[in-house]
Amino acid sequence: MRMLPVLIRLAWRYLWRNHRRTIVMLSAISIGAWAMIFMTALTRGMVDQMITDGISVLPGHVQLHNPEYLDDPSITNRVSLTDADLATRYADAGFEAWASRVRVPAVITSERESRGVTLLGIDPMAERDFSFVDYDQVDGRFLESPDDTGVVIGAKLADTLDTEVGKRIVLMSQDPDNEIADRGFRVVGLFHANMETYEDTYAFIGKKTAQKMLRIGDTTTEVVFFGDDYRNVEPTYEKVAAAVDDSMRVSRWTEVDTYLGTMLSVMDGFMLIWVIVIFLALSFGLVNTLVMAVFERVREIGLMLALGMKPASILGQIIIESMMLLAVGLLIGDALAWLTVKPLESGIDISVVAKGMEMFGASSVLYPKLHMDDVILSNVVVLILGFLASLSPAWRASRYEPVEAITKV
Amino acid sequence: MNIVLRLAWRNLWRHARRTWLTIGAMVFSNTLLVFMISFQFSMYGLMIDNTLQVFSGHMQVQAPGYKDDQKMRQVVLDVQPLADRLRGELDSETIAARGWAFGLASSEERSYGIGIYGVEPEFEGNVSNIPGLIKDGQYLGKSDAMEIVIGGMLARNLRVGVGDELTLLGSGLDGSFAAAVVTIVGVFESGVKEIDRNIAEMPLGAFQEVFYMEGAGHQVVILASTLDDAPMVQQRVASMVPEGLVVHDWTALQPGLKQAIQADMSSAFFMYGILVILVAFSVLNTQLMSVLERTHEFGVVMALGMRPGRLGRLIMLETAMMGLIGLLLGAVAGALLTYWFSVNGLSYPGMEEMVANFNLPGRVYPQVSLLKTLFGPAVVFLFTLLAAAYPALRLRRLHPVEAMRTI
Repeated sequence: MRMLPVLIRLAWRYLWRNHRRTIVMLSAISIGAWAMIFMTALTRGMVDQMITDGISVLPGHVQLHNPEYLDDPSITNRVSLTDADLATRYADAGFEAWASRVRVPAVITSERESRGVTLLGIDPMAERDFSFVDYDQVDGRFLESPDDTGVVIGAKLADTLDTEVGKRIVLMSQDPDNEIADRGFRVVGLFHANMETYEDTYAFIGKKTAQKMLRIGDTTTEVVFFGDDYRNVEPTYEKVAAAVDDSMRVSRWTEVDTYLGTMLSVMDGFMLIWVIVIFLALSFGLVNTLVMAVFERVREIGLMLALGMKPASILGQIIIESMMLLAVGLLIGDALAWLTVKPLESGIDISVVAKGMEMFGASSVLYPKLHMDDVILSNVVVLILGFLASLSPAWRASRYEPVEAITKV
Repeated sequence: MNIVLRLAWRNLWRHARRTWLTIGAMVFSNTLLVFMISFQFSMYGLMIDNTLQVFSGHMQVQAPGYKDDQKMRQVVLDVQPLADRLRGELDSETIAARGWAFGLASSEERSYGIGIYGVEPEFEGNVSNIPGLIKDGQYLGKSDAMEIVIGGMLARNLRVGVGDELTLLGSGLDGSFAAAVVTIVGVFESGVKEIDRNIAEMPLGAFQEVFYMEGAGHQVVILASTLDDAPMVQQRVASMVPEGLVVHDWTALQPGLKQAIQADMSSAFFMYGILVILVAFSVLNTQLMSVLERTHEFGVVMALGMRPGRLGRLIMLETAMMGLIGLLLGAVAGALLTYWFSVNGLSYPGMEEMVANFNLPGRVYPQVSLLKTLFGPAVVFLFTLLAAAYPALRLRRLHPVEAMRTI
């Protein structure tokens, strides 16, 4: 251990003896590290956004349904608890937010066209914080209370229906007895969403109004709950599940939207693979550099051994050299990544491929995100693998026979 | 063998380990590139084929604006005669006329809003794979029969099956109230939720009667023999259709598809680019070393009259040899890897959920092709040569006497 400061100094000086080689290798490592982190930040940003968006439409980290509802989203498959009942169970449970809502398929008809929509009967104030609609950005106004008699539809749908704020439309669905339930509404607002499909699909009305129209008293079809982190929904899940019996189905968001759920783990896997691939591409150069570094000073190594330096110290010195090279390269790469990602964090506009991103379920603005975890992961992976890769050249260097090495030309 | 060639070859193996490591970097990237590019383009091909075969075809004749709004009144007049004429003039069977309307489908127990296509039963199967996906019952027969086929999920939600009756409510072309009672003759399962839950098809004749279309429809779908032929066919079709109609190709009909491919392609090529650059650095490093360690030697040969330009060519030749070995080994390894997967198929966890969004099967069989095999390695080769240019050009500044002094 006494040797360590000496070895470090030796390694550092050796590194700069052939500065061209070191600079080339450093550039390669920096570019590799930059690419790892930059790419990770992009995908991380995309997936985060996809999931946050996705959850705001579902919505919720945890949902409560009638067990039949997910396969057959009909008004007959309601949550059997009334709003009053739900309030006594959940009002004090300490969720970030929760709301019960009516969600049924319906037909919307203007003077000119009809389309199928998902009708959402909501309590606008309870959903304000997690809705995918920004209430303040609505043309006209958003719903104001559960008793509101207006309807808010997407701007895109309004286009298709040839309707506008102030005009009347008819919403038609069915009541639990399979009688047609319909009612005229005045369009009070047009919402904008960052995905066109949302603007096409959803129509918002007041919850009480919906209950009256569908003749379902004060029952609803789904209850949604938010915890503090979408990555860890278990506490919320347990709280929700504890208060109901088996006649209700409680699901995590990963179960409701399996595509989104899988995205998360697929992306994590993809990132690790990407980091490893880059490292492998780098490793050839790294090993090569070390082999050369050893080769050109065989005589010195022989001399050191002859003077009594332990083989272990030679081994250590080469490994320290390799680790220094990697550490400096990573540092530069990290700094580069930070410098390139930071200015982009306000969002990269990729609306040229908006429809394509929509197919992936992502919106047209990309917000790269530099997660400390990801940076640490890629750095640690590179250092560990780099250590392993430098073992073989270092081992060889420490195994030279002093006399042979000294006499080598 | 030419003396320079021989010299280059021997120089290459002076440090066999270093050369192999550099070649190793090339082989690694090349193998990866060949495989990834083949896999990626197979996916795109599948995405395009599978998506277009469901409904959109390679191109469609429509009224202007219909693509975006799908309004009832944006019609193609006399749609069936037009389709007949196109079939005759293009001598093709893969052309079919359609109408589309939104309607409320009600069974005894349930009602859902669905999209109803009016199709030509004898031709629809040539442009869409829905007729071939009937799982229960059969596809539509006569053109004016009051029959309908619906998606499997819709059938389950409506609680109906083959032989049951459905009531359709909607509005006709003139805005009047349209209603009909139709018999379910078949149920299809496409595996895509949106389609199985929202779509029904009935014969065009009956469709026109129910929705007061007076011979009009909304689209003529055309499938070319291959995707590559599509632009040519489109030109011919465009010259044949009456004034006031437009022909949209698949990129206009499915803008998401093309953009999804573009988005995916740009991120993939970013990654490939990084790989190539890393290999180039590896080569630069090796060649720089090999030049530096031969400074003395180069000084001697230059003093003996060798021109620096020729020395530079020697370095490039060495690099090219190394690059060629890397290219060949990498291309072969990549092709073999791809071939293995083309026989056994490739699947990764989570793929099924992911690909269902893009109409893809859960297992992909990438195809080996010469172009896709050589593209990646060729780029790597090019960058390899580029990387060696710096050490090769440095030689021009070499001074024989000084060079000989270095050890």
